[in-house]
Amino acid sequence: MSVLFEILASAGLWAAVLRIATPLIFGTLGALLCERSGVLNLGIEGIMTFGAMIGWLAVYNGADLWTGIVVAALSGAVFGLLHSVLTVTLGLSQHVSGLGVTLFASSFSYYIFRLVVPVAGTPPTIEPFQPIAIPGLSDLPFIGPALFTQTTPTYLAIVLALIMAYIVFRTPVGLAIRMTGENPHAAEAQGVNPMFVRYGAVIVGSALMAVGGAFLTLSAFNSFFPTMVQGRGWICIALVVFASWRPGRALFGALLFAFFDAFQLRLQTVVEGVPYQIFLMTPYILSIAALAVMARRARVPQALMQPYRRGER
Amino acid sequence: MRFERREHRPLYLLVLTPLIAIVAALAIAGLLIAIAGAPVLEAYWKILTGAFGSKLSATETLTRATPLILTGLAAAVAFRARLWNIGAEGQFYVGAIAVAAVGSQLLANVPGAIGIPLLMIVGAVAGMILMLIPLWLRLRFAVDEVVTSLLMNFIALLFVSMLIDGVLKDPTAFGWPQSQPVPDQDTLPKLIARSRLHIGLAIAIVLAAIVHFIQSRTTFGMQSRAAGLNPQGAVFAGVPLAKTLIKVACLSGGLAGLAGAIEVLGVKGYVTTDLSPGYGYSGIVVAMLANLNPLGVVLAAIFTAIMFVGADGMSRSMGIPTYIADVTVALSLITMLVALFFGQYRIRR
Repeated sequence: MSVLFEILASAGLWAAVLRIATPLIFGTLGALLCERSGVLNLGIEGIMTFGAMIGWLAVYNGADLWTGIVVAALSGAVFGLLHSVLTVTLGLSQHVSGLGVTLFASSFSYYIFRLVVPVAGTPPTIEPFQPIAIPGLSDLPFIGPALFTQTTPTYLAIVLALIMAYIVFRTPVGLAIRMTGENPHAAEAQGVNPMFVRYGAVIVGSALMAVGGAFLTLSAFNSFFPTMVQGRGWICIALVVFASWRPGRALFGALLFAFFDAFQLRLQTVVEGVPYQIFLMTPYILSIAALAVMARRARVPQALMQPYRRGER
Repeated sequence: MRFERREHRPLYLLVLTPLIAIVAALAIAGLLIAIAGAPVLEAYWKILTGAFGSKLSATETLTRATPLILTGLAAAVAFRARLWNIGAEGQFYVGAIAVAAVGSQLLANVPGAIGIPLLMIVGAVAGMILMLIPLWLRLRFAVDEVVTSLLMNFIALLFVSMLIDGVLKDPTAFGWPQSQPVPDQDTLPKLIARSRLHIGLAIAIVLAAIVHFIQSRTTFGMQSRAAGLNPQGAVFAGVPLAKTLIKVACLSGGLAGLAGAIEVLGVKGYVTTDLSPGYGYSGIVVAMLANLNPLGVVLAAIFTAIMFVGADGMSRSMGIPTYIADVTVALSLITMLVALFFGQYRIRR
């Protein structure tokens, strides 16, 4: 027991929680925005992979870190546009289109990466974001090193969750998005263009997903390698359900999830005799458990996965 | 601009759709090859000759197509009933590891005539069990099976990794994490001597025909289609929805598990964590390219195998990353979706 307490009392654990949560916060908010407008975006896994690759590649070629983030966001927007054309304009199955985007975006990023960076023993690295100590707060004992010495994108992710909550629930834009996700016909009757809203939500949401991916290569690690996203995108999709499509709860869910992940990583080093794979399974098992507990209770946007065609019911 | 549903769907569109989709995907991938600075037509010629240029390469392509036919069928039967089984990759691996476990631990002194069919059943049952978990979560807790079956893939692969690094580890493999092999007598007979091509291909093609028969000629086939087209209507018409979905899940998971079993018995004899280069995921593309038609799955699987085997050879001689095969296959899924759409709708101004 004292071992568990020791882990919980280490500032390193809590710093890791925020670090692990960051890509999940971006990805979950992105997926949430898409789904609030009625579009499930299973392209997320591939979009995160592409964002991780292209953001890293930009920096590797001399761009500064923020340019890398912007490049990643733009690439995400392009894949969001592709997903919108398939699911909004053509009204194709959101499941299959999303998987198509994921398969394409991830294989395309591996292709570009291999083309530009030849096979090498150790993958090339960049200089990633450095932790920024918030003046005053970072000097607090324990809490300072735990919470207030993160890289800038982490702070940005938390602020973004609050902004997203405000936009979704307190602004006309948020109202239009929610209406489109609940009942696009009613939204149209109110003068909202559901097609336009869905395009916007999916493009912006996909850009956020790509930024989440870029965090992996520009802040958490300093290099890109295939399969590095490791199902984080799918976990984000599960977190949206867990959060019942609310940005505030999405932030909470991502942090909770990251806590378990950081905790099992440390537990691995102190518990002997248990194969490490058991620990690595826990994030995925937790996601499934969270889905099972929340799926019936969560309030699904009523028009989620329903294509909208004018004059058709 | 708006879309209008076609009243008649001409037969030629049905045949042309996948061809148009593949040509479009190849054209876009060609652009990517050109950007990389390689002559496009030569690259495609090398892919084709790399896949079919010699007896060896042709048998290699068909060997690769075998698991793709089975995972393609797994996706096709599930998608037909709108059961989104994206977990074929995980089911493939548990099928494979179940075969390695039972084969290496229990069947050392059992003749192959009993061992081979037994191990195939073992693999299929393992895949079924893995698919029943997401289905149970859907029926019991209303959880979307897409995400759960996807997450199961990661759990399954870690489970396999744990076994081949632990209790099933081959002590003679110089420390590499690989499973103990299945007994020699359980290796599948070759279709063509001195090649890797084994009778698994014949089994896969026969299964495609059987699945086609089940879907088009049996009550279960009709019920599973009804469950996919209109679940409420199906229930109203007396289709037992849950039972039908359970059967579909067993068929789908079983086919994917069998794919893993046959890959172990026919090609490798043991399991590693790179046994599948994404056969489960490629199966989804195969099923869509075939428009969920079980017989079409065979052709779509061969196309996919051509891309993978051909790209290997082309990559070596032209310096284009092999990932171009994955890109083309993924693109063909997207172009197929679009082509299918324009098979059903026409543009009205």
